[in-house]
Amino acid sequence: MATAAPVELGERESYLNAGHGFKSWLLTRDHKRISMLYLLSVTFFFFIGGIFALLIRLELLTPAGDLVQSDTYNKLFTMHGQVMVFFFLIPAVPAVLGNFLIPIMIGAKDLAFPRINLLSWYFYIGGGLLMVYTILVGGVDTGWTFYTPLSTEFANTHVITAILGIFLAGFSSILTGLNFIVTIHRMRAPGMTWNRLPLFVWSHYATSIIQVLGTPVVAITLVLVALERLFHLGIFNPQLGGDPLLFQHLFWFYSHPAVYIMILPGMGIVSEIVCCFSRKRIFGYQAMAMAVLGIAVLGFLVWAHHMFVAGISVYSALVFSLLSYFVAVPSAVKVFNWTATMYKGSISFQTPMLYAFGFIGLFTIGGLTGLFLACLGVDVHVTDTYFVIAHFHYVMVGGMVVAYLGGMHFWWPKISGRMYPEFWGKLAALIVFIGFNLTFFPQFILGYMGMPRRYHAYPAEFQILNVLSTAGATVLAVGYLLPMIYFVWSMRYGPIAPANPWNAAGLEWQIPSPPPTENFEEEPVVTWEAYNYEDLGAVPEKQEVSVGH
Amino acid sequence: MFSRLPFWPDAASTNATHVDALYIFLVMVSAIMTVLIFATLVFFAVKFRKRPGVKPEQIEGSKILEITWSTIPFGVFLAFFVWGAVIFFQERTPPQDATEVYTVAKQWMWKFEHAGGQREINELHVPVGRDVKMIMTSQDVIHSFYIPAFRIKQDVLPGRYTTEWFHATKPGTYHLFCAEYCGTEHSGMIGWVVVMDPRDYQAWLTTGGGNQPMTDTGAKLFSDLGCVMCHRADTPGRGPSLVGIYNRPVQLEDGRTIVADDNYIRESIMEPNAKVVKGFRPIMPTLQGQISDDQLNELIAYVKSIGQSQMTEPETTQQPASAAGAAPTGQ
Repeated sequence: MATAAPVELGERESYLNAGHGFKSWLLTRDHKRISMLYLLSVTFFFFIGGIFALLIRLELLTPAGDLVQSDTYNKLFTMHGQVMVFFFLIPAVPAVLGNFLIPIMIGAKDLAFPRINLLSWYFYIGGGLLMVYTILVGGVDTGWTFYTPLSTEFANTHVITAILGIFLAGFSSILTGLNFIVTIHRMRAPGMTWNRLPLFVWSHYATSIIQVLGTPVVAITLVLVALERLFHLGIFNPQLGGDPLLFQHLFWFYSHPAVYIMILPGMGIVSEIVCCFSRKRIFGYQAMAMAVLGIAVLGFLVWAHHMFVAGISVYSALVFSLLSYFVAVPSAVKVFNWTATMYKGSISFQTPMLYAFGFIGLFTIGGLTGLFLACLGVDVHVTDTYFVIAHFHYVMVGGMVVAYLGGMHFWWPKISGRMYPEFWGKLAALIVFIGFNLTFFPQFILGYMGMPRRYHAYPAEFQILNVLSTAGATVLAVGYLLPMIYFVWSMRYGPIAPANPWNAAGLEWQIPSPPPTENFEEEPVVTWEAYNYEDLGAVPEKQEVSVGH
Repeated sequence: MFSRLPFWPDAASTNATHVDALYIFLVMVSAIMTVLIFATLVFFAVKFRKRPGVKPEQIEGSKILEITWSTIPFGVFLAFFVWGAVIFFQERTPPQDATEVYTVAKQWMWKFEHAGGQREINELHVPVGRDVKMIMTSQDVIHSFYIPAFRIKQDVLPGRYTTEWFHATKPGTYHLFCAEYCGTEHSGMIGWVVVMDPRDYQAWLTTGGGNQPMTDTGAKLFSDLGCVMCHRADTPGRGPSLVGIYNRPVQLEDGRTIVADDNYIRESIMEPNAKVVKGFRPIMPTLQGQISDDQLNELIAYVKSIGQSQMTEPETTQQPASAAGAAPTGQ
């Protein structure tokens, strides 16, 4: 914990040296410090989930189930999914970068409810501890989707503690969303109208709506699973008079919008980065803001596209297929607008921009393959195969994680007050891109060949592509470890960052790095549009140079 | 057609060729879109790279462009939707005269019973060139019946029937997978589909099982379990006659009309009081827990056989006529 505070920043007081000792961190109400608490905890869970992923890939190196037994393998993919989805992907961008940046971007001193913000972290930690407990006492093997009646009647692993953990983490998510919505409505500085909000804020606004409206549904659903498991209430198990498809409807009613909780904040990051490194205002600001809201709303209407072969009627499948194509339109609009933003820009290629390019490319592939899955005739063949795994990871890892890394590099100088090493940053971005594609592209082909997901042993004809995928995963692991190492390194040895190392637009760049606890000495008055790059010069060539004075 | 491509799965059913054609179309369109976007990105990255003295030109946006790049992709998406829906519709509409195979899935095996009473486990023998319909249920959790070479998949649920059909076009042996995670040995819940020439298939039928046909076993159950006491074919009994009811509309006590399909017959045996036929009292005892899923399948196979026996039975066909013609004076 203490390592998070870079030592000797000089006289100037910042949120990092505003207090010392564990208590000053664990009882803090400063959104920036809470953001750092989240950063440490989501990074921890990313590692846990990553280790599970590597073990999965190692098992799949050979067709036989030789490294681990089927029971162990089932637990590995279950806990990989639960840890990554509920304890990394959902909280990562909103709770770390959103928490840190939203108040500053709108010119506020903090979130609307600082104590609730801290409470949400404790909910997260409570849920996380239950998840860790579940892992330590033997794990859970229901699949991250908890399908009934397997989870309620047949699995004899630690289902209840896993459910409780996710339930608690859900409240963290709800509280964060609520806090953001109120903050964005009520705390904007004078002149910061809705049409001047950075798209990062818009995307978090849309995300928060989903968090507040969707998360309670999955929380209740998981409680129902627990009730059926503990007290044999017939809700989902047909032998008790329940309906197993009811669970799937309820689960996906949240869990499909949840993928937009994961991706929308990433889109916000990419908008900031693309504008900064193209020195351009965003192309089609209103279209971009409406697109994230459109995705959030339409995202609630497509859940049963996870259930085309589950036993729903032909006609409801037709409706959900059609609606899924609707939600693809605003996603496509976003890709076109980012591309158009670069037109007649003055583009430079620092690490954050490399990640933004990576995001646009990988999200394009992830989005287009989503169209395959929305297409009924093809979905019947490829659903529940590696095609789905590949598509999901292109959006979640190629999209969200890449955007998160881009955002971490972009705002790291602001957060830590130090620069990361640019060479290593670019190298890591390249390694992530190559490793990612090597890991997941072969899985599209495996999926169309018919390899089902969640198999620890598989027919020999699938081996070559699995070997490629495992090789890619090790490359990807290196790509993820590098930033961890040099970010920590930079906190002590990195060059001191100026207030605005990228010469970027946005209120967060007008205050010192790292920001003082109060963010702004006096309340800013905003008289400009977002991305007013016409008033700013170029991206400085070398950060180290500007540090000198 | 594409089977010579590396990493391309066998295509051994009529549906497989349809799905492959659509998939290739999707791949082509996606590839074109991807190349266009990537090429534009690279072109912009090079052409508009930072150069001394060149200032970026601020552009607000363009309504016309936004509308264009919303509507054109949406038009393309609609083509995907329609083509996919057509194939799906065919996949989900089994031909009337398909050969029926009853399937019971359980942790972790597939059990099949053919109309002739032949039983097999984790191996399914079917003839080439004929429509085959799988009528499937699960004894425990949700499974999914997946034959990649036929490009078909359908979840198999406890407590109800789901169906799937195919028309195999190429003799051979193909993978059968469980595609819905079902517990410990999920990855072991696999088997083979053996597609045979009609002559080989006939030979297999006679040597393979040699049991009684399902309808015969079902008829015996029908009388042993006492069903026949109330559901009489000739005279009105305490229960409705089952002659000619299969796939026909039935009027219920609560006024609704539903079709007496496999799932309704199943439900009426397991939960007789859920949907009582109009004019009858809810007096039938449940058979839940008294017969196995295999026996239930046999019983239903028999009920369907008498249900199909007299399609000219006037009882149900009158309903639409009376609804249409006599409605004004009727109620």
